[in-house]
Amino acid sequence: MARQKPYDGVAVCAPVTVPYARYSDKTAHWWTGSALAALSRQTGLGPADFDGFCFASFSAGPDTVVGMVQHLGLSPRWIDHIPTGGASGVMALRRAARAVQMGDAEIVACVAADTNQIDSFRQTLQGFSRFSQDATYPYGFGGPNATFALIADNFMREYGVSREDFAKLCVAQRANALSNPFALMKKPLTHEQYMQARPISDPIHLFDCVMPCAGAEAFIVTTPEKAQELGLSTARLAATIERHNAFPEDPVQTRGGWARDIDDLWSAAGCGPQDMDMVQLYDDYPVIVAMQLADLGFSEKPELSRFIADNDFTITGSLPLNTNGGQLSAGQAGAAGGFQNVTEGLRQILQTPLGDQVPDARRALISGFGLVNYDRGICTGAAVLEQEVLR
Amino acid sequence: MSDPLTPPKRKDPLVVTHAGHVPPALRSRAATAMAARAGLGRFVLQVCDDCARATYPQRDRCPFCWGELSWQDQPDGAVIEAQTTIRSSIDLFFKDHLPWRIGSARLDAGPMATVHLHGDVGQGDRVRMELKLDRSGNPALFAMPEKETPHMADDPQLRVFTADPKYRRILVTDGRTETGQAVAEALLKAGAKTVFLGNADPLMRYPGQDRIEAAPGIEPVRLSLTDTRSIAALAGQLGGRVDIVVNTAQFARQGGVGFGGNLNDLQSGLDLEVTGLMRLAQGFAPALSGRSDDGDRSAAAFVDIASIHGLTGRAGFAGSSAAAAARLSLLASLRGEMARTGIRVISVLTGPVDDGWHQNVPPPKTAPAQIARAVVTALQQGQETICADEVAKDVLTRWQDDPLLTIREENK
Amino acid sequence: MSKTVLADLAVALASGQVRVIDLTNTLSPDFPVIVLPAEFGQCAPFRMEKLSRYDADGPAWYWNNISMNEHTGTHFDAPAHWVTGKDLPSNTVDAIPAQDFVAPAVVIDISAESAADADFVLTREFLENWETEHGTIPPDHWIALRTDWYKRVGTPEYLNLLEDGAHSPGPDAGAVEFLVHDRKCVGLAVETVGTDAGQASTFNPPLPAHSILHGNGRFGLQCLTNLDKLPTFGAIIVACPLKIEGGSGSPLRVVALVEGETA
Repeated sequence: MARQKPYDGVAVCAPVTVPYARYSDKTAHWWTGSALAALSRQTGLGPADFDGFCFASFSAGPDTVVGMVQHLGLSPRWIDHIPTGGASGVMALRRAARAVQMGDAEIVACVAADTNQIDSFRQTLQGFSRFSQDATYPYGFGGPNATFALIADNFMREYGVSREDFAKLCVAQRANALSNPFALMKKPLTHEQYMQARPISDPIHLFDCVMPCAGAEAFIVTTPEKAQELGLSTARLAATIERHNAFPEDPVQTRGGWARDIDDLWSAAGCGPQDMDMVQLYDDYPVIVAMQLADLGFSEKPELSRFIADNDFTITGSLPLNTNGGQLSAGQAGAAGGFQNVTEGLRQILQTPLGDQVPDARRALISGFGLVNYDRGICTGAAVLEQEVLR
Repeated sequence: MSDPLTPPKRKDPLVVTHAGHVPPALRSRAATAMAARAGLGRFVLQVCDDCARATYPQRDRCPFCWGELSWQDQPDGAVIEAQTTIRSSIDLFFKDHLPWRIGSARLDAGPMATVHLHGDVGQGDRVRMELKLDRSGNPALFAMPEKETPHMADDPQLRVFTADPKYRRILVTDGRTETGQAVAEALLKAGAKTVFLGNADPLMRYPGQDRIEAAPGIEPVRLSLTDTRSIAALAGQLGGRVDIVVNTAQFARQGGVGFGGNLNDLQSGLDLEVTGLMRLAQGFAPALSGRSDDGDRSAAAFVDIASIHGLTGRAGFAGSSAAAAARLSLLASLRGEMARTGIRVISVLTGPVDDGWHQNVPPPKTAPAQIARAVVTALQQGQETICADEVAKDVLTRWQDDPLLTIREENK
Repeated sequence: MSKTVLADLAVALASGQVRVIDLTNTLSPDFPVIVLPAEFGQCAPFRMEKLSRYDADGPAWYWNNISMNEHTGTHFDAPAHWVTGKDLPSNTVDAIPAQDFVAPAVVIDISAESAADADFVLTREFLENWETEHGTIPPDHWIALRTDWYKRVGTPEYLNLLEDGAHSPGPDAGAVEFLVHDRKCVGLAVETVGTDAGQASTFNPPLPAHSILHGNGRFGLQCLTNLDKLPTFGAIIVACPLKIEGGSGSPLRVVALVEGETA
């Protein structure tokens, strides 16, 4: 297989988070415009200045990136629409980086935005995918909770991972969220509260589930020269991987595409898990966090329980995890939930966190997981971001 | 074991009747094709014409080699690899049926599937898969215990997919015929609480009347399918209490089209079997629909018994076959309408019934007892279409295989 | 005929000196029809489908489609109804002269005999004895057989259909021959479902009333009520069948004019 070429000449910068709202009467278009306005405030750029636009949303229908371009007055020479949900941040990053590197665009706004109107979660679910429409939702309509419950039930039994272990991850993320002024969850979560939460779909309990909300996330991919001209701090993209529908032969999902491509990631990045100052992992259900920790090379699966026990996942801990609180504690703003790992990792290494700063943060591992098309997540991706220039 | 159902209590008049919701109904064409086979009680999956591997969920091309797929009967064994009990749902139907158990099943046929779980099965168990129809008439994989367990049919989650006669109140439209009487008796034997037995002409006795009307659980009612007012009167009286309607009315007469056909027989047959079916549906469908999700003894099914020759026509029985054809067609439309309200519409297909009107037809013929058995089985299984005997099965099989040929064969 | 007859009748009707008795059963889906052996075509009962009743299908009007056999409910049998009358002239309801629809009646009361024996057979001998007591039956009269059978309407005893067939009173061949040829009757008017006795298909010849009446151009009136309210002599029956082209009979409203303040 061809080796990945380095992302030379690519700068990632200007992370933006539009504060989330549990419910919003605004549209995805409004949230997208808010994100662009925030980018504009950071950079001074206007609609005519972005020549690339990469977009992700579940709730912009019937519009795609095309409708959004006209709606918001952009005139780009490169566009892309990323439908991979929780993996969309990593994938937007990959695609925009290559467009900039090859000169198809010079300055790409990557935006994910979703609204959350009353009942829009149910409506999104109903039309989510053909397999889920045919073969998942009619089975109790537990939504993603039920699908991940099956994955968790199997994973916990298979690898001896317990709710106690998940509790540690969730409690740490909540602690991280408390310094993030935008996080929807504002109260501490105790181990006991986690353990005693009401069951949603066994073994999934209340605090394993994210809170759907409205929000938007954005960042810019451009050249180092352009970033310098704009006075922006930058990170470089050390390596990325992406995989879809890996291991279809596994009866129940116990691994994601990372497991297939992880060696490529670390060899292209020229570093390893031990070099990461933080991990920003997709966390819609702690079982997927555990799965990523293993598949990305931090632990063997049978050792996960001990690995979790041995580490501190808070901002100042041994392995800071989802330092904004993650989707579990900050909220899941639809496709923006798949972008917040990028923006949060970027902010930490650019030293502009929303809340507390990870000490000496220079490298971040970003991991995305998206689209439970039927019985498992289909899209996986990961990226290593490194601090380049602070301005 | 499942908790046995207890005899129904009278309904508290102050409690609001539970509205008749159905599970999410939107499906792909391939899933709908699976439903059509599920309705026949078959356990099928798509199999690739080229690589012969089975696939699920329903696809339009093989995921292994991109070959064409066709539906084939498959081994029904499976192992449950993972399970969950759903305790929260935002769907109007399931939210009222919680907790709901599902599992990840590794099918002996190959694919993995998310399946409904019977209360007696769980993770690690070998199970027997059934392909059911859910309340919206869509295909549903249901994991049953491999071997019969006590009160297995009473499992509340299973009962959502069936129209089991147990403790239900059932209207059988024509008690004057042997078929109607056999059906009524079989339903009572299967646990029906009450069978309201129709009689189009209470002023005139009929064979078997004394015995059947004296049977415990039988309540004779006046009902003539050719008299709109009698249906309206009965629906007004019983509409809120009938859980299942079984239409046993038949009017088979010999005759061709150009030779030996009798227009009056045709008219009478059409009036009784076709217009009568529509009168019956108009009388009872609204009330059935309103109670389709009202607890474990909710209104459940509308059953019609018609000749298999409605599919093909039949030499020598042109008029009655035409009536059967119209009847099957009406029933198909009714099925679509009722699926929106959660009522199963069941078609029992018969060969020539072994009665006075088929004396000139050589055996085998469909015995009333076979029809009765088919009615009970279809209700217990929640099946949509069932053949009462080998004659019907034979015609249906040939018709599915080559409809035009079968039409020719049956009209020779 | 005097020009004042109808004027006198009008006065008599207005004053109640001549009363109109309804001899008709209500047409309803529940009214029984004659039952033939199952292999024969069956008489359709009365059926009614609403077209509209001040509703979306007709906001200001109420009407129904109705269907029935020519011999459903209170009905008239024309000579063409029977094979014996098939070649007679003017043998269908549309062709029968209207003059024939109004005729006097003589009422023969066999209600006691019928109550005692549902299979009571009216014979020529019985009629001759009756004449001895009541007087000769005049020509051109309806012969109305009062059986009080109409009081059984709504019960199984009306058709009185047992395993060996129907059981209801009616005439034998001798009686009908006598009424047709010797007394020149207009026809036979009965309360039972047919002019013949319930068991008349076993008579020799079978179904003598139908056979002999219609073979001689005479009429039948069936399923009448209230014959017990008519005098033995002196009533006039008005029985106008629907003018059905080539019709063998027709449901109809039958009334009788009787004299006197009360019955």
